[in-house]
Amino acid sequence: MTVMSYLGAIGAAQREAMEADERVIIIGEDVEANVYGTTGAGKSRKDKGDFLEMFGKNRIRNTPISEEGIVGAAAGAAMTGLRPIVDLSYSSFLYMAMDQFVNQVAKNRYMFGGQASMPVVFRSAMFYGLSTGAHHSDRPYPMFMNVPGLKIITPATPSDAKGLLRAAVDSDDPVLTFEACTLWGSKEEVDEAEYRIPLGVARTHREGSDVTVVAISGAVPEAIKAANALAEEGLSVEVLDPRTLVPLDREAIVASVARTGRLVVADPAHRTCGAAAEISALVAEEAFGSLRAPIVRVTTPDTQIPFSPAIEKQLYPDAMKIAAAVRRVCDVPEPAQETALSAR
Amino acid sequence: MADPDLVQLLTPEGERAEHPDYAFAGDDDTIRSLYRDLVLTRRIDTEATALQRHGELGIWASLLGQEAAQIGSGRALRRQDHAFPTYREHGVAWTRGVDPLSLLSLFRGVDQGSWDPEATGFGLYTIVIGAQTLHATGYAMGLQRDGVVGTDDPDRDAAVIAYFGDGATSQGDVNEAFIWASVFNAPVVFFCQNNQWAISEPIDRQTRIPLYQRASGFGFPGVRVDGNDVLAVHAATQAALQRAREGSGPTLIEAFTYRMGAHTTTDDPTRYRLSADLEHWKLKDPVERVHAYLTRHVGAGEDFFSEIAEEADALAVRLREGTRAMADPSILSVFDQVYVEESAELAQQRDEHAAYLDSFEDATDGARR
Ligand SMILES: Cc1ncc(C[n+]2csc(CCOP(=O)(O)OP(=O)(O)O)c2C)c(N)n1
Repeated sequence: MTVMSYLGAIGAAQREAMEADERVIIIGEDVEANVYGTTGAGKSRKDKGDFLEMFGKNRIRNTPISEEGIVGAAAGAAMTGLRPIVDLSYSSFLYMAMDQFVNQVAKNRYMFGGQASMPVVFRSAMFYGLSTGAHHSDRPYPMFMNVPGLKIITPATPSDAKGLLRAAVDSDDPVLTFEACTLWGSKEEVDEAEYRIPLGVARTHREGSDVTVVAISGAVPEAIKAANALAEEGLSVEVLDPRTLVPLDREAIVASVARTGRLVVADPAHRTCGAAAEISALVAEEAFGSLRAPIVRVTTPDTQIPFSPAIEKQLYPDAMKIAAAVRRVCDVPEPAQETALSAR
Repeated sequence: MADPDLVQLLTPEGERAEHPDYAFAGDDDTIRSLYRDLVLTRRIDTEATALQRHGELGIWASLLGQEAAQIGSGRALRRQDHAFPTYREHGVAWTRGVDPLSLLSLFRGVDQGSWDPEATGFGLYTIVIGAQTLHATGYAMGLQRDGVVGTDDPDRDAAVIAYFGDGATSQGDVNEAFIWASVFNAPVVFFCQNNQWAISEPIDRQTRIPLYQRASGFGFPGVRVDGNDVLAVHAATQAALQRAREGSGPTLIEAFTYRMGAHTTTDDPTRYRLSADLEHWKLKDPVERVHAYLTRHVGAGEDFFSEIAEEADALAVRLREGTRAMADPSILSVFDQVYVEESAELAQQRDEHAAYLDSFEDATDGARR
């Protein structure tokens, strides 16, 4: 085991996959110079482990600035048997390639009668919470959840990032991975050896009996923080991270709510048709009889994301909002005096 | 040896040069005023970079090295023309009368860009690479419908200029803009600042032929100018704008220049490019060559240069103080401009958000609404 950052874990998974299989290649903007820190061992190119040095220009390649081209060419490359990892930098730029994603990559297997696989991983980072404005800050995974044929992963910790990305490269179906920049610096002990985390298996971060908080991506550490603080108020909160949204670990979610009888979903995407909406609907359909209170969603309001750090940081699900939602579903009053969470 | 495919009217040494097709349509006083714009623009850039380093701005995209491309083209515009910028066109903004403080408020995160595009003829900054070239084309087609193209009235005929970088030329949007402008003969000038880098990617990852040559494939003229020569840029842009205003359609101008600084303040160019290139381009500095010309051939003296230096100092003070004095925007304002009329759902979300903010005892009183 060794301590890795989230970014470092992504780099490690990519290196592992490249070493294990010649067919794995990396393409995208600015990947050769390791501008974003995932195509090398560290932030400096002088560090041992620079991908360009290790794998050469045939396997790691800067592309023209054209996302439609990158996604479409990756699909074509996959048809020849390559297994591309595509680096699309910002999630907000996936939209440039919408036809390739939705009409081509997602539908290819069906349209070709199952004859061609699409083993491509599309990585992108959600630059939210960093004051980068409306054109950089989207968390668009729910849009893609609505597209049959795509798998969606949203790892929230370094160890999950490494294991899930590694499994994603093995997938013969296209996988989109959404990485929250707020998590990039987070660190934990990670197994340096190869391991894979199967898609569709949730992770319970904390067990509890009063309420289930299903948290996604950057909301996961916030939910854990809220749960720890609420424990001091006598509330027992279960924190569950689905880790992958397609496929979704429905059993784990339903089973948890069946035990606790209450559900809060914390999802950094917009409210309307977000992942939280899907999870809420699932529980309403499958665990209605267990519910002792209405489901509460903690999401980002349906507004644009401003540059202003003063406005932006309050828009996303944070520990305060999650704690307030938990108290609401548990029908306990807000604490009168300052708590660990409200002092900020 | 002069490059025959590159329009140059002022050499890096500050000597005037002739070109068969282009001549600078101004006198030495015009050149003095161009020099003033170059110096002040560079100062805005230097101050903004310093403000970012001091934590007063979130980020800054420096135009260092591209002053002549921006001042030369911006000054060729008429009041009624309209410019569509990327995120780096601070010099063009200056020529359109946009207060540099409103650029700084954007990069400070106070607003999304607060200047009035209609009053200034300068659109809002665009971050998604290439998108504005389509807007420029549509706007130009709107001018055609308004009947302000080819009327022979110099106060009426209007054109559009779209700014973009070398990296952007790989985008579908840009190529589609070329096609649309061409088939509709739209009055738009495509102004590409080829600064030879798209973050870490050198120009050879975007093209195998000189960019200006692409225009012929789309059916309109293309020209490459020395982007560090303010006179050549001015002459070529003026000619292209005039062509557009007369109703003769689009032109692609490739201003051949160099990004002297980092891509933005968060970028570290030592990861991917050699400092030798930078040294080479320093010799072609866009401001120095005008200084040399004015000193050697126009007799501009110490008082002329020190007056501009003082003006730059005063501007710098105004920018520093103005930036530090900017108030944060009101927190609930983010709900205001999603729709013309707020939907019931959004109104409810707004109320929930307000209640959440109220739960902080010491919430920023009054700043909210
Ligand atoms: C559609 C899209 N893809 C990627 C980016 C990330 N990005 C920002 S600037 C840039 C390079 C642009 O280079 P160029 O067009 O040459 O302009 P320059 O920044 O050099 O002025 C890239 C790739 C973006 N903003 N938009």
